Amino acid sequence: MNSRVIKVDQLARVEGEGGVFIKVNDGKVADVKLNIFEPPRFFEAFLRGRKYSEAPDITARICGICPVAYQMSAVHAMESAFGVTVGGQLRALRRLLYCGEWIESHVLHIYMLHAPDFLGYEDALALAKDHPEVVQRALKMKKIGNDIVALLGGREIHPINVKVGGFYRLPAKHELDGLIDRLQWGLDEAVTTAKLVATFEFPEFVTDYEFVSLRHPEEYPFNEGRFASSSGLDIAVKEYEFHFEERHVPHSNALHGFERGHGAYCVGPLARFNLNYNRLPEIARQVAEEIGLRPVVKNPFKSIIVRAIETIFAFHEALRIIREYDPPAQPAVPFVPVAGIGFGASEAPRGTLYHRYRIGDDGLIMDAKIVPPTAQNQPTIEGDLRRFVAANIAMPREELTWKVEQAVRNYDPCISCATHFVRLETT
Amino acid sequence: MPAKKPKIAVFKFASCDGCQLSLLDAEDELLIVAGAVEIANFPEFSRRVLKGPYDIGLVEGSITTPHDVERVREIRKSCKILITIGACATSGGIQALRNWKDVKEYTRLVYASPEYISTLDRSMPVGSYVHVDFELRGCPINKYQLLEVLSAFLNHRKPNVPAHSVCVECKMRGTVCVMVAQGVPCLGPVTQVGCGAICPAYDRGCYGCFGPMENPNASSLGKQFVEMGLSRHEVMLAFRGFNAYSEAFRKESEAHEQ
Repeated sequence: MNSRVIKVDQLARVEGEGGVFIKVNDGKVADVKLNIFEPPRFFEAFLRGRKYSEAPDITARICGICPVAYQMSAVHAMESAFGVTVGGQLRALRRLLYCGEWIESHVLHIYMLHAPDFLGYEDALALAKDHPEVVQRALKMKKIGNDIVALLGGREIHPINVKVGGFYRLPAKHELDGLIDRLQWGLDEAVTTAKLVATFEFPEFVTDYEFVSLRHPEEYPFNEGRFASSSGLDIAVKEYEFHFEERHVPHSNALHGFERGHGAYCVGPLARFNLNYNRLPEIARQVAEEIGLRPVVKNPFKSIIVRAIETIFAFHEALRIIREYDPPAQPAVPFVPVAGIGFGASEAPRGTLYHRYRIGDDGLIMDAKIVPPTAQNQPTIEGDLRRFVAANIAMPREELTWKVEQAVRNYDPCISCATHFVRLETT
Repeated sequence: MPAKKPKIAVFKFASCDGCQLSLLDAEDELLIVAGAVEIANFPEFSRRVLKGPYDIGLVEGSITTPHDVERVREIRKSCKILITIGACATSGGIQALRNWKDVKEYTRLVYASPEYISTLDRSMPVGSYVHVDFELRGCPINKYQLLEVLSAFLNHRKPNVPAHSVCVECKMRGTVCVMVAQGVPCLGPVTQVGCGAICPAYDRGCYGCFGPMENPNASSLGKQFVEMGLSRHEVMLAFRGFNAYSEAFRKESEAHEQ
């Protein structure tokens, strides 16, 4: 038997620690593993006995790249348990915070983590040597996202201003207005970015995925909506666990997500774009149209273009929110915590992030479940690698290994996140 | 021929990635820093890996598995200067909450197939296994402090990282004390500065991201919290956060354990 192994010991330009192992026997792919060896941190276990009010700050520490997503899913879950609704300007400010995180995370991924693959560079520094203006533009765009989070949240990483019911302190109108000129610049540069990445060369590689994301009646999804899928699923957030499950496999410290009756499914920019295209603002749809990107996008390598389209959306939405900002009377909605179960889901840059908490009448967390986007995408990533290697078996090893890495990076995997969410079975 | 640039490596253990991300978040300085050093091993940033030895190793994350104990020892051997960055690496991080539980029981509860999991009973700081040349605190670290520490070691001088309390920073910012004026519990009096005292400036109490200051009087603050009406459990939780296993906070949280 002629056996060949494609192996990446440590994936680079992803968040967290993982590797890839692919075995080919007699020209056929025999085994594909996305190995996740990031050590588990047992968040769901130690959340037990903590106060409900601590969940946004504690769960933020699961991920340094998408702490806002954790804070948002956590506060929405708590508010659903307590019957609290956060509307109006407070709701708008939460969306603004999310815009900041999407801009920061998407621009980082597009330019620093993913683009070097398409252009044949090992990292953004090598890219900067040949095209300094491109990397400088990226850093400037990314900084705007970070500045939104820092202004509204107190700091870029693990912001301190989010709480159940709203915020600790509201920004003054003039503080937010100070961002307008740069956001306008950023919006223009996001359009440039989309047009630039659309010119990259994409491998011919399409798959009929089962896409899953939140869908909201009017908005492109951030904090709220129902779960929707390309096969027609339409369920409330609290019904999520009836339709989705997680399995423990030996080669991963992160549980694998499956949709009951379907198997693997895909969350993230591609899913959001395909299921919510008509909720994008006109400018984002115009650019998509111009570069020939229409739903359904089935090539995961094109996720880089979709991220750029979503970056246009995020700059546009941030501008809209700031222009309409009228500081509310109170930074947070008053409420009384009660015993109960709460569910929350929001759209992290990498895909849907689900939280569920049970709260006792003393306000302490009795149990917690968190399902991060990358855990859900693991089976889909492995499926991609299997098909991609099968279709490109003749490619020289070095080139194929790099392409395999790129195929993983299509999902902007957040391995720290994925690992830190492991289900705590109640016994 | 130009002088050889110092080689920098970044290593990750159990953590959220936020502290090494701080380096990429230094948007205005990144290209300047990258021009002054050789980024030799930084997987989050580059697929290019140069072999050691390295002049400076930055280590993020806490040590939680037998394999990581071996790995951090190898890393120590390969780095002339080893700097730990963030609460996980300097105190064991939020995952050190496991240190008060039975982890075998934990793993059995958490995972359907516990035989796949290899983990230690405790989440420990890097310094409990190897010699560390400098510990940079914070959850997350402050990117300007990181640049200061890097620049100090590259220039063979002592880093200027203050060890006084958050209270001092509040006074410098002109923030009215949240504990005195609003009766909000605040860890500021015992917590090392570094964040810029942001929480009180945003109308909330400090929750101790940078760990204990030099010579903190934690028991006095614990007493004050009780007088303010916090339950013993709440006082325990306040000290048992992102730097739970640092000595001063650990002792105070245990003093209030029921």
